[in-house]
Amino acid sequence: MNKKGKVYSYGTAILAAFEYLLEKYPEVFVIGQGLWSPWYVGTSMTDLDKRFGKNRVIDTPVSESACTGAAVGAALAGMKPIVVHPRLDFMLYAMDAVINQAAKWSHMTGGQAHPGMTIRAIINRGGEQGAQHSQALHAWFAHVPGLRVVMPSTVADARDLLISAVLCRDPVLYIDDRWLYEQEEHLLPVVERNLSMERPECIRNGTDLTIVGSGHATSLALNAAHELEKKGISAEVIDLRVLNPFHPEEVIKSVTRTGRLLAVDGGWGPCGVAAEVIASVSEFVSPHLIKSPPVRVTIPFAPAPTASNLESVYYPTVDLVIRKAEMLCE
Amino acid sequence: MTGNSFELNTLADPKKFHGELDLAGTSTKCLRDYMASMLRIRLAEQQLAFGRREGFIGGPVHLGVGQEAVAVGVSKHLRASDRVFGAHRSHSHLLALGSSIFGLFAEVLGRNAGHSRGMGGSMHLWDQPRGFYGSVPIVAGTVPLAVGAGLAAKLQQSDDVAVSYLGDGAMEEGVVHESINLASINDIPVIFVVENNLFASHMHISTRQPTDSTARFAAANGVAHKVVDGNDVVAVASAAGDLIERARAGKGPGFIEAVTFRWYGHVDWREDIDVGLHRSTEELNNWRERDPIRRLRDAMLSARVWTEQDDGELEARLREEVSSAWEQAMQAPYPPIEALMDRVYYQGEQT
Repeated sequence: MNKKGKVYSYGTAILAAFEYLLEKYPEVFVIGQGLWSPWYVGTSMTDLDKRFGKNRVIDTPVSESACTGAAVGAALAGMKPIVVHPRLDFMLYAMDAVINQAAKWSHMTGGQAHPGMTIRAIINRGGEQGAQHSQALHAWFAHVPGLRVVMPSTVADARDLLISAVLCRDPVLYIDDRWLYEQEEHLLPVVERNLSMERPECIRNGTDLTIVGSGHATSLALNAAHELEKKGISAEVIDLRVLNPFHPEEVIKSVTRTGRLLAVDGGWGPCGVAAEVIASVSEFVSPHLIKSPPVRVTIPFAPAPTASNLESVYYPTVDLVIRKAEMLCE
Repeated sequence: MTGNSFELNTLADPKKFHGELDLAGTSTKCLRDYMASMLRIRLAEQQLAFGRREGFIGGPVHLGVGQEAVAVGVSKHLRASDRVFGAHRSHSHLLALGSSIFGLFAEVLGRNAGHSRGMGGSMHLWDQPRGFYGSVPIVAGTVPLAVGAGLAAKLQQSDDVAVSYLGDGAMEEGVVHESINLASINDIPVIFVVENNLFASHMHISTRQPTDSTARFAAANGVAHKVVDGNDVVAVASAAGDLIERARAGKGPGFIEAVTFRWYGHVDWREDIDVGLHRSTEELNNWRERDPIRRLRDAMLSARVWTEQDDGELEARLREEVSSAWEQAMQAPYPPIEALMDRVYYQGEQT
């Protein structure tokens, strides 16, 4: 493990990305709800308004739709805005701005204008908050051409994918996950990367099966792989990282070798990201190489509950992933 | 203003405001520019009506014939670095900035030489080099975008303004209220220009809102506002000038409600039908008496700064521009098939 560089948590890595961008690029500004409060966004935006000013870190009225649309317009006028939604659930008020305007603007103008804004939507779930404080809707946005969608699962990606997203000329939806905020890693100084070149990555090599995840699901997959090793099962883990455009090559390469696929996703099953992973494998991996039918682990097809006993069976756990992997390998 | 109850009163009375304009000391050059711009827009839109009627144009065209004075009056005070956004009925908003008629015709015909390279048609126009940042048909879709472009001007420490053209129907969308509020508390240099033509598609405003002046929403949010006869280009220009100057000076957003009427139905070329329903001939004929172009012409003739000959020459020149643009556009090639996939994302060097 690389011991060079400073230690960051996933949350403070996001903060580091904001600091880097606000310092280096005067066109960058942040707009959203809760930005002046330390409470809404965990450790990810602490004191940014004090350091860079309230005119560059703008806390807003409760107007998701107008604020997201404003970010689109500001981007067209040459700024690099980041609009922050403390919950992906709340962002649904802004669907027109994201889907009808931002995602389509390049195509509708014949490729002459590009609203290169970044929408940061935070998934936070559990804690008995219930159905409207818990959703992972990345699959919806992965379905729309013109919108790039990224979901960091590592500390490094939390920082670097946000930087790449903001510097990208296309509109990007960056989805981070509160359940990952305490993860820690050493990070080297920032090297700017081209978002359009980013791809899914194999983050753990293995031979018996391929486990695919994104965001928090990748963390479940990695922890499960670690335990599976002790039981004599060698799991390869692919972290999708970029959901839109969807590039299945790394998954296909892996399943061609292992012959077994377990797709883990924090969203619902039907028409979700796990479905897309499995579809890609069905299309591109020869049937004779597949040793078992693919399996997906997702949340049950119901809105999130508030009762703690229901919560404990609702969200996928490392144990569930382990059991499904074992079944797959029987 | 029309008083605390926010009713348009005589402004909405089709039998009123038929007379020639009060030129209010406007320079002759300026009046000639108004005349030329309004007539140019009208002739271009009538050509589109013809094209649609005869089947040359495949998609719907939402025409603003009769409403020309609004865009022309507002645009008097705009420059190429300003940020103008429109909606589904935006041909005049585009052309009033001096944008090419050929580009508009080619776009409506889906040709690669069109303003949006044939990818947008009548309802998705673009000419950012002239300040027209874009128009889309989602009602009120561009209103928050205009607010954002205005916010950008403020952050860029420029005195550019943003303009958001919308209709009385769009005033019923929630995002408009969010946008006015946001603009107000952040002193954003954006001008909301509401073309209140009393109709949203086939529905009269009296069936949709409790009162007919939408300026009440500006007042409710502490936004400077003016309500004008939208068919009086001098009055529109005066109101717009004041609010735009204020915004450029950092005094915050403005709201103009310009009362007007469209001579055709909601979409396409028919005067008698509005989305399947018959229109009132009497109402339309009365509104045609409030013709913004005729009223300006009459005033200029009376003031002896215009002659019948000037009129003839101008019309001939503009008809030539329009017909030549149409012929050219009809010959222009379509986008290459690759354009379908190549224009989804930015194609150049990512930073």
